[in-house]
Amino acid sequence: MTNFIFQRLIQGVIVMLVISVISFAIQDQLGDPLRELVGQSVSESEREVLREQMGLNDPLWQQYFRFLGRAVQGDLGQSYFYKEPALDVILKKLPATLELVLCATLIIALISVPAGVFCAIKPRHPVARAIMAVSLVGISVPVFLTAIGLIYLFSVELGWAPSYGRGELVTLWGGWRTGLLTADGLAHLILPSITLSSIMLPLFIRLIRGEMLEVLQSDYIRFARAKGISAQRVYFVHALKNTLLPVITVGGVQIGTLVAYTILTETVFQWPGMGFIFLEAVNRVDTPLLIAYLIVVSVIFVITNTLVDMIYGLVNPTVRLTGVK
Amino acid sequence: MGIAAQSRWWQPRWWQRWRSSPLGHSLGRDRIAQVALAVLLLMALAAVFAPVLAPFDPYDPRSIDIMNSELPPAWVDDADPQFVLGTDAQGRDLLSAILYGLRVSLLIGLCAVMLQALIGITVGLSAGYLGGRVDVILMRAADIQLSYSTMMVAIIVLAVFRTAFGAQLYSDLAVLMLILVIGIAEWPQYARTVRASVLAEKQKEYIDAAQVLGYGRLRIMFRHILPNALSPVFVISTVQVANAIISEASLSFLGLGMPVNRPSLGSLISSGFEYVFSGSWWMTVIPGLVLVVLVLVVNVLGDWLRDVLNPRLYKGS
Repeated sequence: MTNFIFQRLIQGVIVMLVISVISFAIQDQLGDPLRELVGQSVSESEREVLREQMGLNDPLWQQYFRFLGRAVQGDLGQSYFYKEPALDVILKKLPATLELVLCATLIIALISVPAGVFCAIKPRHPVARAIMAVSLVGISVPVFLTAIGLIYLFSVELGWAPSYGRGELVTLWGGWRTGLLTADGLAHLILPSITLSSIMLPLFIRLIRGEMLEVLQSDYIRFARAKGISAQRVYFVHALKNTLLPVITVGGVQIGTLVAYTILTETVFQWPGMGFIFLEAVNRVDTPLLIAYLIVVSVIFVITNTLVDMIYGLVNPTVRLTGVK
Repeated sequence: MGIAAQSRWWQPRWWQRWRSSPLGHSLGRDRIAQVALAVLLLMALAAVFAPVLAPFDPYDPRSIDIMNSELPPAWVDDADPQFVLGTDAQGRDLLSAILYGLRVSLLIGLCAVMLQALIGITVGLSAGYLGGRVDVILMRAADIQLSYSTMMVAIIVLAVFRTAFGAQLYSDLAVLMLILVIGIAEWPQYARTVRASVLAEKQKEYIDAAQVLGYGRLRIMFRHILPNALSPVFVISTVQVANAIISEASLSFLGLGMPVNRPSLGSLISSGFEYVFSGSWWMTVIPGLVLVVLVLVVNVLGDWLRDVLNPRLYKGS
C-alpha cells in the first residue's frame, strides 16, 4: 500500500512539474514583465540594465528554476489588473467555487444513487423508463443552455430564485466567506448548483444503473437470494457495495470536470468564483492571474485524483496487488 | 433469407444484406432510432446544402442591414415575412445563420472525432499489441490526460492561444484550433477501448497464424486486429461526436470558439443571450433548440448502436 501511495505521489509531482513548465512557457511568451514594470518612458540603455538586473538575459533554464523556486514559495507574480499577488486573488475566490462544487456534488450523490438503483431493479417500470429518457435529454443539453433556461424560468418568469451573485455572506475563521449559513446565500446557490449538477447527474444515473444491472447478474447475488435474504438487503447491502466501486473512480475524475464546468456556470450566473475571474483574466491578458489559476486548479486536480486512487486502493484490494507488482 | 430475397427481387443486393444484418434488422423495428436517423440525415443535408438553402449569405456584410435587427420570427405579430426565423441583433437572417452555424458545428464535431479516433486507435493498437513498457507509458499518459477534463484543457489552451495570437488572427484560425484542441484532448477514450479489444483479439489463433506466416507487426495490427476491434469504436464515436459538438458550443459560448462574424450554433446562442431578458427570446431559443435536437438524435443513435452491438448490455436490459 505504501508503495502504491508513493507511486501516485510521484505521478502527482511529475504532473505538477509539467504544469510548471507550461506555466513558465506562457509567462515567457505572453507579456513583457519589464514593460508592465516601467512603462514606455524608459530609454533603451536603461532597459538593458534593468533587463540584466532582473535576470531576463539569463539562459532559459536558469529563469525557469527561479520561476519554480518562487512558485514553490507561493509567489506567482502580481496580477496586472488587481495589483495584488495573483495567488491571493485566486485563493480569495476559491471558497465561492468550492461551495458551488460541494452543493452540486451533494445534489448528484443524493439523486443519482436512488435513481440509478431504482432503474436497475425495475428496468421496465414506467418511472424508470422516464428517468432514463430524461437523462438522455439531460446529456444532450449543454450546461449553458440549462443555465439560461433556469434563469429564464425561475428568475425572470417566476421570480423564485435570484439569478446572479452570491447574496449575503458570513465570514468564517480564516477569512472564508461563506454563503452556506444565510438564507439569502443559500437562495443564491440554488440555481447555479442545480445547473452544475445537471451535467453529471444523467451520467451518474446511467453509470450506476449499468453497474448495478451487471452486479445483479452475478453468482453471489443469486446465491444471496437463494439463501432467502430479503430483497431490500440484497439490493442495498450486497449489490450496492460492488456497484459503487467503479462509481468512486469515475466520481473522482468527474469532480475535476466539475471544477472545469464552473467556468461556464459562473460566467452565466456571474458567480464571483475562480472560473469567473479566470475568464476575466483571459479577456484582460492578465498573465500572472492566468498562471495562478492554472496552478491552483492543477493542484486541486492532482489532490483529488491521488485521494480517489488511494480511497479506491483501500476499498478494492485487487488494485493494491497490481499497484505493487 | 432465400424466399425473402427472391420475393424482393427489385431490392439491390446491398440493401438485402443490410436488412438481414443485426443492425438493419434492429433499425427496422426501432421507431425511435428511425426517427433519430431521419432527423440527423435531414440536419446533415441542411448543413451540407446551407449555401443553396439559406435565403441570405450571413458571411457577407453587404446582405446585413442593421435596420432589420431584432425582428421576431414570421409567426409572431409585426414580423417581416422575409426573415422566417427573425433576425439577430445585427440584422442577420437567423435561418441563414443557423444553417451555416449547423455546418460549422457539424464540421468541427466530425473532424475533431476523426482526429481523436486517429490518435486513439494508433495509440491503443500499439499499447495493446506491443505491450510491455510501451503499454505502461502510453496508458499512464492516457490516465493523466483523462483525469484532466476536456473542457479544462480546451479552455486553457484556447485562452492562452487567444492571448498569444491576438483576437484577429485567432478568429481566422478558430475552426482549426477547435478541431485540434477537442481532437487531441479526448484521444484516451479511443485508446482505452481499442487497447481492451486488442488484448482480447491478441489471444486468438488467427493472430498466431499471421505471425507464423511472417507478416510484419504493422500489417498484423492494422489489417488483422483493427477490423475485429472496430465495433466498440463505432459505439463510442457517436457519443464522442455528440460531446465534441457540445464542447465546441460551450467554448464558443465562452467567446473562445467561433467568432461572431462566422458563428457556430454556440456563438449564436452566446450573442443572443444578452437579449433574452429584453424579450428577444428567438435569438437564443431557436439555435439552442437546433443544438439540443442535433446532440439528442446523435445520442439516441449512440444508445441504440450500443444496445445492438454490445451483447453484454443487451443481455442486461
